[in-house]
Amino acid sequence: MSQIVLDHITKKYPDGFEAVKDMSLTIEDGEFVILVGPSGCGKSTALRMIAGLEDITDGELRIGDSVVNDKAPKDRDIAMVFQNYALYPHMTVAENMGFALKLAKVDQSEIDRKVSEAAKVLDLTQHLDRKPANLSGGQRQRVAMGRAIVRDPSAFLMDEPLSNLDAKLRVQMRTEVSRIQQRLGTTTVYVTHDQTEAMTLGDRVAVMRSGVLQQVGSPMDLYNNPKNLFVAGFIGSPAMNFMPAQIEGDTLKLPVADVRLPEELRGNLGGSAGDGRQVIAGIRPEDFEDAHQVGDHKDRGTTFTVTIELVESMGSELYAHFSAVSEHSIESEELRELAEDSGAGEVPGAGEEGEIVARLDPASKVARGKEAELWVDATKVKLFDPADGRSLTADSTAEGNGAPSASGGQSPAGRDPEREPGGRG
Amino acid sequence: MTHTPREKAFWSIAILVVILYALIPVAWITSLSLKSPDQVADGKFFSGFSFENYDQIFSENTFNAALVNSLGIAAIATLISIALASMAAYALARLNFAGKAVILSGALAVAMFPPISIVGSLFDLWRAIGLYDTWPGLILPYMTFTLPLAIYTLSAFFREIPWELEQAAQVDGATPFQAFRKVIVPLAAPGVFTAAILVFIFAWNDFLFANTLTSTTDAQTVPAALAFFSGGSRFTEPIGAISAAAVVVTIPIIIMVLIFQRRIVAGLTAGAVKG
Repeated sequence: MSQIVLDHITKKYPDGFEAVKDMSLTIEDGEFVILVGPSGCGKSTALRMIAGLEDITDGELRIGDSVVNDKAPKDRDIAMVFQNYALYPHMTVAENMGFALKLAKVDQSEIDRKVSEAAKVLDLTQHLDRKPANLSGGQRQRVAMGRAIVRDPSAFLMDEPLSNLDAKLRVQMRTEVSRIQQRLGTTTVYVTHDQTEAMTLGDRVAVMRSGVLQQVGSPMDLYNNPKNLFVAGFIGSPAMNFMPAQIEGDTLKLPVADVRLPEELRGNLGGSAGDGRQVIAGIRPEDFEDAHQVGDHKDRGTTFTVTIELVESMGSELYAHFSAVSEHSIESEELRELAEDSGAGEVPGAGEEGEIVARLDPASKVARGKEAELWVDATKVKLFDPADGRSLTADSTAEGNGAPSASGGQSPAGRDPEREPGGRG
Repeated sequence: MTHTPREKAFWSIAILVVILYALIPVAWITSLSLKSPDQVADGKFFSGFSFENYDQIFSENTFNAALVNSLGIAAIATLISIALASMAAYALARLNFAGKAVILSGALAVAMFPPISIVGSLFDLWRAIGLYDTWPGLILPYMTFTLPLAIYTLSAFFREIPWELEQAAQVDGATPFQAFRKVIVPLAAPGVFTAAILVFIFAWNDFLFANTLTSTTDAQTVPAALAFFSGGSRFTEPIGAISAAAVVVTIPIIIMVLIFQRRIVAGLTAGAVKG
């Protein structure tokens, strides 16, 4: 078990494409870190560089105390779970799991012991003599996990290990992965494009976009204090609603309503935030409420009336869709990329109707085609600079990437509480 | 797929015709080999069993030695050719290196080169350097002419194997050679056997090189030896003996194909990845 340090890592392909740009990240001993981002953001390349399957163009990679830039994968003491599992089809489940130990010239009796131990953990004992071809998707996935576990490596690297499973199995295996990692306490780097997996699994989540690390932090940190538009739009489901807005005095003019800016937000904007400044406002669907159901914190926000266009009931919650006409138009490269990737994060242009999703209590009486009074929590509104997507409201105290305070709260007991702050410091 | 009775009848007859067309010469030569010398010219398809011809060829030193030469030379040529070809094919399938296109087209050029055009100079060259009428003297040209075919066959198979498997092996602690030997080659086994059979058949069947580059029982293979068969006496045609020898030389090929057929057909890569 050991710490993994990416120190200004860059990957440049011979054709000049930079897949990973100057990435610095410290993964603490025993930590579960998720690399997340849309496809093509460089997260898999970063993982493969840690594994040694890709050369590092520039920068330094340390596992434990040694620099491993030029070490072969076999000398790095890491185990990897591949997206398509990459099980050896000509070997039985037991042989698959014991292959690494066999190469390491471990006693056959010791191999058998470790394999059967891992098989018990993964509920594979009755399948040990079968070939991968005769296993179901979930079983294959568990064999791939088992192959990593038996070796007791210093780190697990997982490249979208659950993306080939159907939805139900994925949720099940997600819990399983989390349980195994907690139990073994092995340093784990996990790559996924699924923000739900990232939020539920990781001690810390690193969001990447176009080869650049955007933000590292605990899931709650990313959710509450996204550093920029991209992180805000990527984390959370349904995605954050974005709309053009204008600051006038202490009022934020949203397409749906005028909102009084709370004291904290104004403080963050600084004195220079003059009147008439154009910003992008981001409001999470869960920060809306049915005005009739708001409790005694009603003065924190503003009530407005809209026509509900569509209601999706999930049982435990309602998604109410409505639209608002924007007066201004805002262009943002990051949002365009988000929109291309997930359909989320579209900012309507001037005069266009922008669709907004609100998550309401199922007891709400909103109905399709009817007017409804909704309430928005002004303290939760995020503001972004339209020029560079930077957050204007992110809490500066929690901004430090993966500050110990942010991840420390999530750490399982027994981990070093005084570890160094990770990320780009 | 359902067939009407008429379709079934049509296909049955068609298949029967093809099988007959392919097997009648074989049956004829087998029947010839079982005739005694005085029955050979009787024109009948079947005139009793006589193993006289087989006794004759196996009692002759020429044929026994030729059989040993044929087996040895073909087997060694196959082994070397497949070992080299699998490594070359692996590199061609996996790596991008300068000159890859040149190597591929060079290999193709060798395969298309007519053997008859070099056999004369080889004869002189082999005599000069002492390879004439030796096993290496035949193994070398067989290897050269079969390598391109083996490389092409094998690299097609290697390309089918997911690269992740090899990377998984590397992460599991295998050296590149171990990953190749323990993961890639077993998975490419159908390809390896296919290529091996093709190479073996080429070496086994070759007449041109064997006839030109050998002269004695030291290295003469069966096809070459057959050409020098003589009858029981000066005045008898050795037709029966030649037929018997022809039957004997087909047997190893049949056995080999039967053994490896199952491995060729077996879809060994099934289940490597989710599919």
